[in-house]
Amino acid sequence: MTAALEIEDVSKVFRLFRERPSSLKQRVLSRRMRAEDFWALRDVAFEVQEGSSLGLIGHNGSGKTTLLKCIAGILRPTSGVIRYRGRVAALLELGAGFHPELTGRENVYLNASFLGLSRKDTDRVYDDIVAFAELQDFMDNQVKFFSSGMLVRLGFAVAVHVEPDILLIDEVLAVGDEAFQLKCLDRVRSFQAEGRTIVLVTHALDTVREVCDRAVMLDHGRIHAIGLPDDVVREMRYVLLGGTDPGFVAEQGTREAEIAAVEIIRASGAGDGPVLRDDPLTILIDVRTNEPVDDLDVDFAVLDGATNHPVIEERTSTHGIVIERFDGKKRVRFRIPSFPYTAGKYWVTIGLSSRSTGHLFHVQTQRYLFEVIEVPRVQEHIEVVVEAEVEDL
Amino acid sequence: MWDTHGRSPRSAERHRTSEVARSCVARLERTASDLRIHSRSPDIATALSVTERTSESLSLRPVARIRELYAHREILLNLIRKELKVKYNASILGAIWSVLNPIVFLAVFTFVVKVMGNSTPHYPVFLLSGLLAWNLFSVAVGNGTRSVIDNGNLVKKVAFPREILPLSVVGVALVDFVLQSAVLLLFILATGYGFHSEALVLYPLSFLTLVVFTTALTFWVSALNVRYRDVQHLIGLALLVWFWMTPIVYPGGIVQDKLIAPTAPWSPHLWTVYLLNPLTPIVSGFQRALYATVSPGGIRVLPDVSIAQLAGVIGVVLVGSLLLLLYTWRLFFRLSGDFAEEL
Repeated sequence: MTAALEIEDVSKVFRLFRERPSSLKQRVLSRRMRAEDFWALRDVAFEVQEGSSLGLIGHNGSGKTTLLKCIAGILRPTSGVIRYRGRVAALLELGAGFHPELTGRENVYLNASFLGLSRKDTDRVYDDIVAFAELQDFMDNQVKFFSSGMLVRLGFAVAVHVEPDILLIDEVLAVGDEAFQLKCLDRVRSFQAEGRTIVLVTHALDTVREVCDRAVMLDHGRIHAIGLPDDVVREMRYVLLGGTDPGFVAEQGTREAEIAAVEIIRASGAGDGPVLRDDPLTILIDVRTNEPVDDLDVDFAVLDGATNHPVIEERTSTHGIVIERFDGKKRVRFRIPSFPYTAGKYWVTIGLSSRSTGHLFHVQTQRYLFEVIEVPRVQEHIEVVVEAEVEDL
Repeated sequence: MWDTHGRSPRSAERHRTSEVARSCVARLERTASDLRIHSRSPDIATALSVTERTSESLSLRPVARIRELYAHREILLNLIRKELKVKYNASILGAIWSVLNPIVFLAVFTFVVKVMGNSTPHYPVFLLSGLLAWNLFSVAVGNGTRSVIDNGNLVKKVAFPREILPLSVVGVALVDFVLQSAVLLLFILATGYGFHSEALVLYPLSFLTLVVFTTALTFWVSALNVRYRDVQHLIGLALLVWFWMTPIVYPGGIVQDKLIAPTAPWSPHLWTVYLLNPLTPIVSGFQRALYATVSPGGIRVLPDVSIAQLAGVIGVVLVGSLLLLLYTWRLFFRLSGDFAEEL
């Protein structure tokens, strides 16, 4: 496999002027310009294989967009080399060049030309674009009469019809309603199926897990983590959700006993689907030993994905369960009769330790992610007593 | 024999086997997806061109760059279309406004000349033949100054050859020039002023020179204005002075007569200095091509030079303009790498 995109020790320095001399007078008068160097990127290096998808995550201001702009050629790196094969299209903004006075149709052609589509190409995909945006009846109206949602849809519809070898997407997937987002993700998948290379900048970490083959996390312009999306996202979540602890490890322990499998059994059985609020939930943990283990204590914590605060923490020992010395496999079930917390994402962290010494055998932080949804319940029909009376006035 | 799961060791074994099988399947699927990726087109890996971006600003290679600009011509055409559309959108008369400008000029000057009297015969034809050329120049340079900064959002978000921005301004001015020239043409035909075919040769030469010179200057001011916003104010003033330095409303022939008159107290070289303004030969070329007569009815209007001489001077200006264009284009190209940062 060849690399479609190579980033070699790329750095980007912005000169931040306290007061930028933007006129000749200032330029002449203030010889000494007060400027500070801001390293937006520092020695960033990685490769993206042809046909693969890379997720680029990090805090605001961590350099993600700067890197995309350097790749696209909008900014020039201060040092380092960026090399790529084929044609690049960068979606840094939806509807680039849209003008309110022009009609939807004219804007499609204008915008498409900025993304590298020729007039002929655009003619060919025009109907698809309109259908994708679901704006068939509005294309001859000036876009100043469009709602912001319509504009975004139109912008995205054009964007997904470009056909580059390498597609750079900056945070533009997170637009529109949920149905439209799903459509966008579908489109990204078909890009992948066509063997195009994708670099995706996003704050939607789950999108990275779902879509990307690899992920890079940037922090203050440096690469903080690089690897499989699951690992990088876990790291990102940890850093995001309060931990600045550089000692964070997704996995630790001496592994006399290991977590072999973790499964969450919903009311509907095992599987990946969301959990309904107030439904019963069973956390199933399979433990495997590598050598005989004394006095095992199995614990889990459910953490709110938004805040990383534990909402449930339990261990076998507090339930009075004593696991005698054993060698082999055991299965532990924690049953929650009714999961009471609101809709959202929840992490499950699992730990195996020694009950007597507290020694950690194996801990997997944020091992399992599940989603809770709330379904509005239909009001049940109950008898309501109504009294009636008539009086003379 | 039985573990805590109530499973026989055998079934545990089977469990493990199925796990292995599953991972094998997963691997197979992965390979299949790799294959699919590669099957897209086996030659694509070798056929794709490699692009490299480094910290060094590229040096301009005009031929390659022109090819690149041609590849992006769609953007240029769309921008010009947009500009024209927006300019006349929501106005009832639309593009007629553009044409109305010279019509009103013609009407007013015809009237003024009738009432006030003017020593220049057929003054409207003389005036417009020079004025339209000047308009092309001043509109392009004037609007071109802000062309990059006004499109800051595009520059910061989209990668495309930045030259397209000033070029689109020149393009819009060109469209107006063509429309207005059509009016002048009609006027010349309608009033029976007529054409002088041998002088008309100067028209394409003057036009080409005007476009090259205008483009060169537009590149220059648009690039400089990104860093120093003084440029836009400076250009406004400079254009005003420049307008009166160029024989547009007054006949260049009179200037020539005054400057090279033997009794004049100043050196005859002043005429040469006057000619150093590149727009003088260009405008004179347009005037000579359309107004044609140097001294109608014995009144000196156009500079008294032969067509060949004038063509020679314009040719020199053309060569100079081409060199200037190469210089300002290079400058623009070099600075354009940092436009996104400066805005």
